[in-house]
Amino acid sequence: MNGFASDPKTMHSSSRALLDVRGLKVKFKTNRGEGTAINDVSFTLRRGEVLGLVGESGSGKSVTGMSLMGLIENPGRICGGQILFDGIDLAKLSDLEMERLRGKRIAMIFQDPMMTLNPVLRISTQMIETVRAHDDVTLVEARRRARDALGQVGIPRPEERLDAYPHEFSGGMRQRVAIAIALLHKPDLIIADEPTTALDVTIQAQILSEVQKLTSEYGTALIWITHDLSIVCGLADNVAVMYGGQIVEYGPVAEVIRSPRHRYTDGLLNSVPSRNRRGDRLRQISGFAPSIFSMPQGCAFRPRCSFADDACHQTPPLATHGNHAHRCWHPISSREGLGS
Amino acid sequence: MTTWLAQRLVQSVFVVLVMTAIVFVGVNVIGDPVSILISPDANQQERARIVAEFGLDQPLWSQYLSFLKGTLQGNFGNSFVYGMPALQVILSRMPATMELAIAAILLSVLIGVPLGLYAGLRPHSFFAKFMMAGSILGFSVPLFWLALILIMFFSVYLGWLPASGRGQTVDFLGIGWSFFTWDGLSHLCLPVLTLSIFKISLIMRMVRAGVREVLPQEYIKFARAKGLSRQRLLYVHVLKNIMIPVVTIIGLEFGSLIAFSVVTESIFSWPGMGKLIIDSINVLDRPMIVAYLMIIVFIFVTINLIVDILYTTLDPRVRLSRD
Amino acid sequence: MSAHASSASRSEQDEKLPITETPVRRMVREFMASPLAVSGLVVLSVLSLLAIFGPFIVPQNPYDLMQLDIMDSQLEPGAQSVAGMTYWLGTDDQGRDMLSGIIYGLRTSLGVGVISALVAALIGTSIGIYAAYAGGRTENLIMRVIDLQLSFPTILVALMILAFMGRGVMNVILALIIVEWSTYARTARGVALVERRKEYIEAAESLVIPRWRVLFKHLLPNCLPPLIVIATVQVGRSITLEATLSFLGLGVPITEPSLGLLISNGYQYMLSGKYWISLYPGIMLLVIIVAINLVGDQLRDVVNPRRQA
Ligand SMILES: Nc1ncnc2c1ncn2[C@@H]1O[C@H](COP(=O)(O)OP(=O)(O)O)[C@@H](O)[C@H]1O
Ligand code: SF4
Ligand SMILES: [Mg+2]
Repeated sequence: MNGFASDPKTMHSSSRALLDVRGLKVKFKTNRGEGTAINDVSFTLRRGEVLGLVGESGSGKSVTGMSLMGLIENPGRICGGQILFDGIDLAKLSDLEMERLRGKRIAMIFQDPMMTLNPVLRISTQMIETVRAHDDVTLVEARRRARDALGQVGIPRPEERLDAYPHEFSGGMRQRVAIAIALLHKPDLIIADEPTTALDVTIQAQILSEVQKLTSEYGTALIWITHDLSIVCGLADNVAVMYGGQIVEYGPVAEVIRSPRHRYTDGLLNSVPSRNRRGDRLRQISGFAPSIFSMPQGCAFRPRCSFADDACHQTPPLATHGNHAHRCWHPISSREGLGS
Repeated sequence: MTTWLAQRLVQSVFVVLVMTAIVFVGVNVIGDPVSILISPDANQQERARIVAEFGLDQPLWSQYLSFLKGTLQGNFGNSFVYGMPALQVILSRMPATMELAIAAILLSVLIGVPLGLYAGLRPHSFFAKFMMAGSILGFSVPLFWLALILIMFFSVYLGWLPASGRGQTVDFLGIGWSFFTWDGLSHLCLPVLTLSIFKISLIMRMVRAGVREVLPQEYIKFARAKGLSRQRLLYVHVLKNIMIPVVTIIGLEFGSLIAFSVVTESIFSWPGMGKLIIDSINVLDRPMIVAYLMIIVFIFVTINLIVDILYTTLDPRVRLSRD
Repeated sequence: MSAHASSASRSEQDEKLPITETPVRRMVREFMASPLAVSGLVVLSVLSLLAIFGPFIVPQNPYDLMQLDIMDSQLEPGAQSVAGMTYWLGTDDQGRDMLSGIIYGLRTSLGVGVISALVAALIGTSIGIYAAYAGGRTENLIMRVIDLQLSFPTILVALMILAFMGRGVMNVILALIIVEWSTYARTARGVALVERRKEYIEAAESLVIPRWRVLFKHLLPNCLPPLIVIATVQVGRSITLEATLSFLGLGVPITEPSLGLLISNGYQYMLSGKYWISLYPGIMLLVIIVAINLVGDQLRDVVNPRRQA
């Protein structure tokens, strides 16, 4: 159950893992120089498992998701690591091979439902083309599948709504359409990149439970990207906390939440309202997330960390305790964690 | 949608009415109506007869009404030069002009859209930058000057293409067309190329800007995430979004092509309505001028109406807001 | 280095200059960043000087028939005159030195273009600002007229005006003004509407400052940048339009030939291989218009940064 490629146990269990990301590295080259957006990211995911990918804006969550989809484009480039999906290294696939996989075996949902559907094409067009991109079926059959998929995500009168245009739907409904499209081929893996961030809280909850229900029904593995730790609590099996392009803490959700090791995770938890008992003031982490073009040397969190010392000028190695891992020179000890 | 269409139609009719009033004022108040209606070499008797016939002794408003009536009946008087109803003369020249305009639009789209797509997809390539710089030249060069240079190069220096006339035409639907013979096509080349350079630059820039705007959109990423092929992405998702402004521009530019036929037809001696009107202005064949004006008004109002309808049908957001 | 320091150094890289830079200075700096636009401006300045001081420079007064010698007609570039002078760009059918003719033609072309653009700008801007302030029916009516006019190509409108009025420098200028005012009016109204909503106009109005002072002290300076962009482009369009009309024989009279008319005069000789009579005025025309468009393009980007590629 340990996700880190450096751990020999992972090699052993790779036959059972659906997704095994090892030492992934993505760089962007712009006129401000070359920056490493994600650096040495590793995790695994089994069939039907849910991974929460958490971190502030700019920490590299989307880039991680896009790498898995093979959608990193100029000026970005995957320049290290492996993405083993069912034993195949996605980073080595040709464009055409990747195209066949996208939408078929790995699907992705994006943040802003107002922007993800093409405004000038009917919903039916956008769904049918997805069916027919991978399966050689008749128009009638493709349309039937599209309609059923709409029904499944809870869109009333799907047959009628199929021929509507995106702007005739509300934001929540559009996100349901996007989810229906992602589910069309019952993929092995869905990457959901902050799909509820742009929605109202009530709709957020509905969508969340809908996705949870459908993915567990189909046995679909799910990577849920969010900046909100509280969402991950009830949803994910494992959680990976990202900071400055690295996974700084990784482990089973319950454990990470109960006893965080990394100082950044602790900060995140303290800024979640529900966790602050006894009328504590909400504590936001002060300072800014670093830019990939001016990463602090050593631990990326150092400029904002009140526990930083000279040791932190070196990049902290990955420390693993059972299935809980972190990258911090001065981790919160179990005792300290219980106390806070 | 029907209500919108009805409103739009009424609006068009109103514009035509306003234009008849403007033309009437231009002819009768600014110009001298007698000289407009009567050939300068008519004698005194004829003069008096025509003044009475056209009611030039009547008050202005009643004159306007009869002008309006004439316009509705397509009666603008006889051409001094051709001795035939002015409208008839102009209409007989219209197909030649239309042929030129249609050929130029086709060429501009066929060249401009692919160039724009390429420049939009590979904005940093040498070719794209070269074409963008070239398009500034394409915007700047005056039409008549371009025509002269093309004649100088292709007709005088190389001797490849004819510089004047329409060549052999073939009758189709009772009208002669140059499209269908080699000779006709070779005569079409230079005038069409002249008219197209500006439009190619324009369409290319628009398509390029459109591609640059659409490509980073989230819906393109999502479409890629669905596993669509690059062709489908480009020809359906990108192009459908770009086509809305492009179709609008094509419609409006079609009108300007008809306007600029005045220049190209004069230079290439193309027997269309543009050359006709310049000849008519030069000999002050005023009934022809008035008839031409009214036809142009009609053509432009129609084009604007069609463009509006197309725009409305193409963009679902606009269509629904007009329901 | 702290996170604050690193983010501060980043923003310094983004905008190298301090915030105290005035908008005008920013525009000048950004304009200078394009070598093409700067060379366009240089060419334009040189040509303007040439047009202004032309009569003192030219080797020959091309419109003084006494100075012309019919024996020198249609000479090739570089040929010697009977009197021993060199015609660097050849002569036309009247034996007129082309170089002198072109410089005089440049005077007419630039003069007509600039005067018509300026007068049209003045009239159009006034109408546009008036429409924005009048509001209601007046504004509606003005906008309808503008839309109506803009839906017809300028060349046709100008052609028709000249067809009724006849050729002549003043008539050409008048026709150009009539076809051009509407573009300025539309822009000026747009800017005025935006500026009107801003607080300082309200503040100025509440101080019971006379309206005209509000207009001139506050509104006009803000309308100016976009109007300058339009005026630049319009000077180019005016010159093209004037040249086209003159080429068609409906523009300036033969006694004051512009570049367009010079080209037209040479046209008939072109087919017999005497290219220079048309070609050189044509090149001069193209150079001016390209220079104006390069300057105009960059100005537009500088004034309205959103449009930058
Ligand atoms: N196309 C790009 N060009 C340059 N930098 C990029 C690009 N896409 C992402 N980045 C950089 O990668 C970093 C991580 O971005 P992202 O994965 O989108 O963050 P988030 O965790 O908010 O999803 C950001 O700091 C951003 O600067
Ligand atoms: S490594 Fe040092 S700077 Fe980084 S989180 Fe741990 S204590 Fe803070
Ligand atoms: Mg993101």
